[in-house]
Amino acid sequence: MNKIYPNASAALDGLLHDGMLIAAGGFGLCGIPELLLQAIKEAGTKDLTFASNNAGVDDFGIGILLQTRQVKKMISSYVGENAEFMRQYLSGELELEFNPQGTLAERMRAGGCGIPGFFTKTGVGTVIAEGKDHKDFNGETYIMEEGIFADLSIVKAWKADETGNLIFRKTARNFNPPAAMCGKTCVVEVEEIVPTGSLDPDNIHLPGIYVHRIIQGEHEKRIEQRTTRKREDA
Amino acid sequence: MPWDRNQMAARAAQELEDGMYVNLGIGIPTLVANYVGDKDITLQSENGMLGMGPFPFEGEEDPDLINAGKQTITELRRTAYFDSATSFGMIRGGKIAAAILGAMEVSEDGDLANWMIPGKLVKGMGGAMDLVAGVGRVIVVMDHTNKHGDSKVLKECTLPLTGKGVVDRIITNLGVLDVGQKGLHIVECADGVSREDIIAATEATIV
Repeated sequence: MNKIYPNASAALDGLLHDGMLIAAGGFGLCGIPELLLQAIKEAGTKDLTFASNNAGVDDFGIGILLQTRQVKKMISSYVGENAEFMRQYLSGELELEFNPQGTLAERMRAGGCGIPGFFTKTGVGTVIAEGKDHKDFNGETYIMEEGIFADLSIVKAWKADETGNLIFRKTARNFNPPAAMCGKTCVVEVEEIVPTGSLDPDNIHLPGIYVHRIIQGEHEKRIEQRTTRKREDA
Repeated sequence: MPWDRNQMAARAAQELEDGMYVNLGIGIPTLVANYVGDKDITLQSENGMLGMGPFPFEGEEDPDLINAGKQTITELRRTAYFDSATSFGMIRGGKIAAAILGAMEVSEDGDLANWMIPGKLVKGMGGAMDLVAGVGRVIVVMDHTNKHGDSKVLKECTLPLTGKGVVDRIITNLGVLDVGQKGLHIVECADGVSREDIIAATEATIV
């Protein structure tokens, strides 16, 4: 069983087709699969639907696939950082399905766990609830949301061993585990592939059963909002 | 004198009790962290962190360590990281004691609108709908009126809702109001602001 591929294009070979649903990890520009997104751009796959919390910025993250008009639809909770996204959305070129952030995360997790639907209080009494099944439990009203079953998951982790056991770093974990779980195939990009046996089995964040292909590469890891304090404030 | 942003944040900080796990929204709510004093408060950032620390020193920014506003931050000794599904599990599951959030409109029934103005740029609700549906107590901090002088505390919200009947307490530049059974109760007036001033600036029913 070899899960290690030489580069992003090789790791995606045979997995891409027009019109597919891709679940992508990341929050803002933090922990996004930047190398795999670049490879999808180069592959030219079209009419893509992305389940991803955000849509990147104009020249980074999913934004680079908006520039090339490869995205048909976004399933996201917040898309405020991307001018090209707004232009395409307002002109009707791009579909947008807003999901509350926790609902989106749980839809991915549920899909990965074989749960086609679940009930949540989130969004009851708002536009999000329109057209959805309502059900009362213990005197409170909930709406049904559906699990996401993606054709492909693309995620970013910090380290992988050769069997695909993953460790994430700080808040770069975010949507990566649930996104990884909900795809038929999951491709992971990491900063370092380490020999099997060198990660502590008690501290694996996502077991390798969810991971099918791995690449190692250099990451830009762009900062969206650089906020600091001065030393004399300490 | 009505309260300024910092005074509103300081008043909101009084809502927090020792040992609470709390989520702070963007804007004035973020300032609340400056006023918790000696209270042992753990801040949650819904992108996957408990125990959020202050901004890093210049040169120590870490692209892997940001808050829900995408700002670079730091960790504390108590910090724990987790994924987004776990993060919203603790929010939806009622484990977070309180959320302090900004608002565009609040109604006398506790409806909250803070994510969308029809016809204007729609950015998305992010985690706001999950927070107001799930946390123990929702405290809104906002100006009492908009820039045209119109009340933001209404009988009914005119904007699309973030949550229905979710707000417990409203802290504005004029004072503190609680959402009750038949209308809003004035809990406190800002220094130099009278009950009558608040009633005059409020469209909602005050009982």
